Amino acid sequence: MSVAQDWRTWLTSERPGSRRQARLGEAYRLLRAFLGHRLAVLGLLLIGLLAIAAIVAPLVAPFPPAAQDLAHRLEPPGAVHWLGTDEFGRDILSRLLFGARITLGIVALVTVIAAPVGLLVGCTAGYLGGFADAALMRFTDVFLALPRLVLALAFVAALGAGIENAVLAIALVAWPPYARIARAESLSLRSSDFVAAARLMGASAARIVLRHIMPLCLASLIVRVSLDMAGVVLIAAGLGFLGLGAQPPSPEWGAMIAAGRSTMLDQWWVAAMPGVAIALVSLAFNLVGDGLRDVLDPKQR
Amino acid sequence: MRRAVLAPLRLLAHLVPTVFGLLLATFLISRVVPIDPVLAVVGDRASAEVYQRVRTELGLDRPLWVQFYRYVAEVARGDFGRSALTHEKVTEDIARFLPATIELATAATLIGVLLGVPLGVLAAARRGGLGDHLVRVLGLVGYSVPVFWLGLMALLLFYAKLGWVAGPGRVDIFYEDTLRPVTGLLLVDSALAGNWAIFSSALAHLLLPASVLGYFSLAYVSRMTRSLMLDQLGQEYIVTARAKGLSETRVLWRHALGNALVPLVTVIALSYAALLEGSVLTETVFAWPGIGAYLTNSLLNVDMNAVLGATLVIGLIFITLNLLSDLLYRLLDPRVR
Repeated sequence: MSVAQDWRTWLTSERPGSRRQARLGEAYRLLRAFLGHRLAVLGLLLIGLLAIAAIVAPLVAPFPPAAQDLAHRLEPPGAVHWLGTDEFGRDILSRLLFGARITLGIVALVTVIAAPVGLLVGCTAGYLGGFADAALMRFTDVFLALPRLVLALAFVAALGAGIENAVLAIALVAWPPYARIARAESLSLRSSDFVAAARLMGASAARIVLRHIMPLCLASLIVRVSLDMAGVVLIAAGLGFLGLGAQPPSPEWGAMIAAGRSTMLDQWWVAAMPGVAIALVSLAFNLVGDGLRDVLDPKQR
Repeated sequence: MRRAVLAPLRLLAHLVPTVFGLLLATFLISRVVPIDPVLAVVGDRASAEVYQRVRTELGLDRPLWVQFYRYVAEVARGDFGRSALTHEKVTEDIARFLPATIELATAATLIGVLLGVPLGVLAAARRGGLGDHLVRVLGLVGYSVPVFWLGLMALLLFYAKLGWVAGPGRVDIFYEDTLRPVTGLLLVDSALAGNWAIFSSALAHLLLPASVLGYFSLAYVSRMTRSLMLDQLGQEYIVTARAKGLSETRVLWRHALGNALVPLVTVIALSYAALLEGSVLTETVFAWPGIGAYLTNSLLNVDMNAVLGATLVIGLIFITLNLLSDLLYRLLDPRVR
């Protein structure tokens, strides 16, 4: 028997000998299920490639993103400038590569802010129940009932245009669905035996929520968050397009489209290329989200 | 009997805090603006005395909750203040711009529903078939492509290159303001006046933005129709209907779709609400003089009265549509009643 086969039998064992073996086995099963989704894997590959491209952008980008070359303005895609140049002669491909840093950074920041907030609010409400539940969920419902994009726009208008404020505004409208999901999960967990056992052993409410309830809510939350990432990319691009997100010299994709508008009739590629990039990234996130949903949360299909 | 009384009350109990939350949100946004509203009135050269007087006049020296109470009272009276940009009352501005958005969103929803529902039914009928794949691809693209970019590309292709439709704006420029507004909807007004030249011009201008927005509605509606239909087709009454010897067409379009229609109404109402939001980004692209363009225009000029007024109105319509879909659901489905 080869070593690889040994590992597989150990991982897929029906009777894991230790907690670690059980956990690794479960992870292995999930991974196998996820890898079975060809489209989801494709999406993950796309995101991975883009993330690497974003990290090593200074090394792989053929030109510096802000280098103006007025002699070569608005050149069509060709051998030197693969995706053409914009109205200042800047290389569009290089700008897209650097723009990937901004887009992925916004997605990561929004997730890091909104997901824990939603998780904490939802789990607390679901576990405590009663008045705390009613109050927290009413608050969440109010946010859910309002149009997200418009609210984010108004927040940015009040805070001032800029990328930090755009991140804040998007996070502010992104957390409520997470709270809803986490609450629904916690409600079904709060009366389970293991929670009762933890309580009997004298665990505090904070400990039960943080250590016992939250980890079990993670699966459905991850599904929802990954499905939302495409939406975050689109909202961020929309804010940039309207001139409320990242400000001009910055190679943010939405702002690049807005800049390409004025020359669109004759030099279509200036506005078209960043849109393709946005569409590809959010498509990739959608594919991964769909795959994760099938693997982690088959009920929701 | 008791439940018939309770249901509207419960809806009201839902509506009141939501509207209250919306008001609180717009109020708080107006208070965190880094621009000093007093300076905006008096200018930065005014003496401390004048500054104090205006501050008192504007009520900014009162506690926050008093200011909030005043704000709610003003909104309830329909007073959103004046726009710094147009120098008109914000409510009048909105009344002028809103019909264009309604016209656009309605046309887009019509496109989305008329194409999306049959497509969804066909996709469910032949799982794994061509229609099914089409719905999946349409959906994925619809959830991934930025609406403003699709609008720009559509303008480029169908207006600039092919010349199939009219360009930005709502109507050809020499027809503008020639029609006395009755409903504010150009198509309806021109038809009422019997002015078919304006009607066809307005239609040519509406076609492209409505199709772009309608595509997103189509993507959502067809996907939802498919999954609702699959739910129905798995039920036992479908087996019964087939066993009775009903034609497949009748089973599909009458029995299954008939039952899927109830939740579908909710889907359509939600898609209409989403389009209202999508119009914010679409209208700037098509220079469509609706509330979305008004909002973005005011945003860029930090005209906060107009921003908050438009946010409030869009939010209220959004809440109403959500509520309406809930009500319709209760009305149409006797099991929920």
